[in-house]
Amino acid sequence: MSRFTLAAGALCQRELLLLWRHKTNVLQPLIFYLIVMTLFPLALGHSAKLLARIAPGVAWVAALLSMLLSLENLFAKDHQDGSLEILLLSPQPLPALVLVKIFTHWLVTGLPIVLLTPLMALLMGMPDVSWHYLMLGLLLGTPSLSLVGAIGSALTVGLSSSGVLIALLMLPLYIPVLIFGSGLVVTAAAGLPVAGILAILGALLCLCIALAPLACGFALRVACQ
Amino acid sequence: MWTFFYKMSSGRSFYQLSGRFIPFFALASMLLFAYGLVGGLWLAPPDFQQGDAFRIIYIHVPSAFLSLMIFSVMTFCAVLSLVWRIKMADLILQVSCPLGAWFTALALATGSIWGKPMWGTYWVWDARLTSELILLFIYFGVIVLSHTIPEERTAAKASAILTLVGFVDIPIIHFSVNWWNTLHQGDTLKIFSKSTIAPSMLHPLLAMIGAFAFFYGWMCLSRARSLCLLKDKRARWVEELVKSW
Repeated sequence: MSRFTLAAGALCQRELLLLWRHKTNVLQPLIFYLIVMTLFPLALGHSAKLLARIAPGVAWVAALLSMLLSLENLFAKDHQDGSLEILLLSPQPLPALVLVKIFTHWLVTGLPIVLLTPLMALLMGMPDVSWHYLMLGLLLGTPSLSLVGAIGSALTVGLSSSGVLIALLMLPLYIPVLIFGSGLVVTAAAGLPVAGILAILGALLCLCIALAPLACGFALRVACQ
Repeated sequence: MWTFFYKMSSGRSFYQLSGRFIPFFALASMLLFAYGLVGGLWLAPPDFQQGDAFRIIYIHVPSAFLSLMIFSVMTFCAVLSLVWRIKMADLILQVSCPLGAWFTALALATGSIWGKPMWGTYWVWDARLTSELILLFIYFGVIVLSHTIPEERTAAKASAILTLVGFVDIPIIHFSVNWWNTLHQGDTLKIFSKSTIAPSMLHPLLAMIGAFAFFYGWMCLSRARSLCLLKDKRARWVEELVKSW
């Protein structure tokens, strides 16, 4: 095994262990997601037709907000206890390590939201074809959200109250994913071909994987100077 | 050219050089404004379909153009600042940001005033309008970020990074009218082929775009100069400058 694989494995293990030991931090955004989803039927009235129509968009907005909530902790704790500096000093390429870190973060914040989709479909009375595509869209879209959000998290790493600031910086950049993600469900529900939208979501993800870790690494170096 | 950029990393030479540029920018901007306003609001004939309502184009198009141009200038400055660590690029970036936000807001406001009589609505969620609104939010983000980080160098670099990331929105705005079928009309001004606008309306419009651009250069440089003095307030050249007055 190369040294990088060892380092990446160790980092991955450490992240997962830390997340496991602070389960509440992981659960908070998920519970937030569930509660936000519950608010909409209560606020808009629970006519089945309306709910089925708005559910995909609502699910996307709720997923986006809950992922934002969890981003505050991505680098802040490591910055406080100094382990972030160890990461920066590592001989392995920083963007690759950051990518590993973001991926683990997505595993515990993004993936559960994707997996909760059938439950949401049940609650909101979504037709089968809608929630299948909602799930697929979330699977392709939430990693992009994690990657872009990580840039915001890295930019604001030394600041005391960064939650609202991250939202302010990153929500405008989330909009393309939101548009195509919810557009996917609408298009699929109308029975139109969806290959193009899936390709765009995939392309956005590739772009984010290629560029976001670089920007993140750079921002972290600036913040820790 | 590189010696020019290296010179620009010192506050003193920036202050002197920009002082020489400002009067030219101001004069050019005023002259072009005079021609553009008289030509656009008075001499140009009313539009065949829109009547006199089309004249808002002389504010709307230049401010929309500037909203994109300023962000591109900021991106260029961000590269200069991150790669070559030219301090004055940070200054230009910092002072450009509120100016860009104002031009974006002006473009959105005039566009929506124009939209009411022509499209029958102040706002539609069309690709160009939405991406311009996102640009405004990105400007807000850069402004907020640069004011929130207490340490000056870190703030400058962080806003440079955010500017680079936000630059993805610029091509989307520019090509939105080609990529999507939008209510907003396609490009009227073309560089490589004949513009789809009559010369009597076109020339004042180009003059107004030039006037806005020079106005931006003027405002940007004079604000950057004040900021430069403020940042170098302990330096000897500032002391000499103050004494010489």
